[in-house]
Amino acid sequence: MRRAHVGWLVALGMVGLIALDRVQSAPLNPYTAPPMIALGSGLAATGGHCAAPPPPAR
Amino acid sequence: MTQATAIPASAPGTLSRASVLLLVAALVLAVALMAGPRSGAVLAIGLGFGLALEGFRFGFTGPWRRMILERDASGLLAQLLAIGIVACAALPLLAAGGAELKGAHAPIGLAMVGGAFVFGAAMQIVLGCGSGTLVNAGSGNAVGAVALPFFAIGSFAGAYHLSWWTALGSLPVMALSGGGGLAITLAGLAGVAALALWLGRSGSHRLPARYWGAALALAALAILHLVVAGQPWGVVYGLGLWVAKAVVAVGGDLSGSVFWSAPANAAQVEASLLLDVTSLTDLGIIGGAALVAWWRAGFASPVGVLPARAWVAVIVAGLVLGYSSRLAFGCNIGAFFSGIATGSAHGWVWFVAAFAGSWVGIRLRPALGLEARQ
Repeated sequence: MRRAHVGWLVALGMVGLIALDRVQSAPLNPYTAPPMIALGSGLAATGGHCAAPPPPAR
Repeated sequence: MTQATAIPASAPGTLSRASVLLLVAALVLAVALMAGPRSGAVLAIGLGFGLALEGFRFGFTGPWRRMILERDASGLLAQLLAIGIVACAALPLLAAGGAELKGAHAPIGLAMVGGAFVFGAAMQIVLGCGSGTLVNAGSGNAVGAVALPFFAIGSFAGAYHLSWWTALGSLPVMALSGGGGLAITLAGLAGVAALALWLGRSGSHRLPARYWGAALALAALAILHLVVAGQPWGVVYGLGLWVAKAVVAVGGDLSGSVFWSAPANAAQVEASLLLDVTSLTDLGIIGGAALVAWWRAGFASPVGVLPARAWVAVIVAGLVLGYSSRLAFGCNIGAFFSGIATGSAHGWVWFVAAFAGSWVGIRLRPALGLEARQ
């Protein structure tokens, strides 16, 4: 087995992930998307990040 | 051997290289047209991270391993240099940017310290951290490719339980800011660099050209990421999100998780991955690493032979990497690189705990059969 085979399997996995996402997720609308650059946009940063503190436990 | 002739070992030609570059540019453009210009830009930055990490053969696990085993401080010094450059831009930007930009600021806590220690051990077992696992998988490394899905499952599970773990004991979020914060951060980085030089073997202060290239490229991309995405470079949130979406796709219910049912995270699960910053950079890193591996004809290399117990160790380590990185509020990227560069105290604590864990992980690796046989 060569690295090419592994690479193809990883690529297939990524294509499958995107396909699942396109089927399951809310439709995309580029006209409601935020501007390209956050700095200076006037919009608060809202993206998920691993360092964001979690909600308090119930 | 027929297998050897089936895949040419020579580098791809100019025409095929140009074609692939055009295809990659078309993919980025397609994402921008479908999901908006920011998504396309973040994917392009992610590709840049992958190109830089694989292109300069730079990472986080290897330099720590060489510091511990060979007293070679050069890779660690390059990491500190990159973090320092990012801090010089990020801390003033965060001070001036208001709510448009946010840092990688997380609380220090019991689970956070334990998670960082365990992450450090596991990343030495699979020789891949957060970014390293993505790069390894993209470049056709079988260990990285096997570890990646389990890393994602672990990340999902760790986030699922994160609020419970954090409730065991956490300090308030502590973050340095402004000019004073930058001065303390740079002094801290200089102090660690001095300690590494003192402990390191003679000559390890001389950084190879590729380390300079990697440090400068990663720093430039990380600053660009903050400006474009509004948040620092991170890895593990996106991986957990991929599994959360898969769970929902098969009818799973995430309402039992405080984390995944929180409005912001539930909205991310419902929205497309093409709108999630960390998913886009993660996909870009995999793609960028694959591009470099293909460019160098690295895909023709054979996959190393490992015993069965080694694959079991890779799967377990992948799960542990994902789970522990959520408890630790980030991996080497989200906590160490971006945390320190944006002034978070948890980044420093993460570094100490993960480095101690790495010392343990390095000693576990041979016992688990993870040194490849010829």
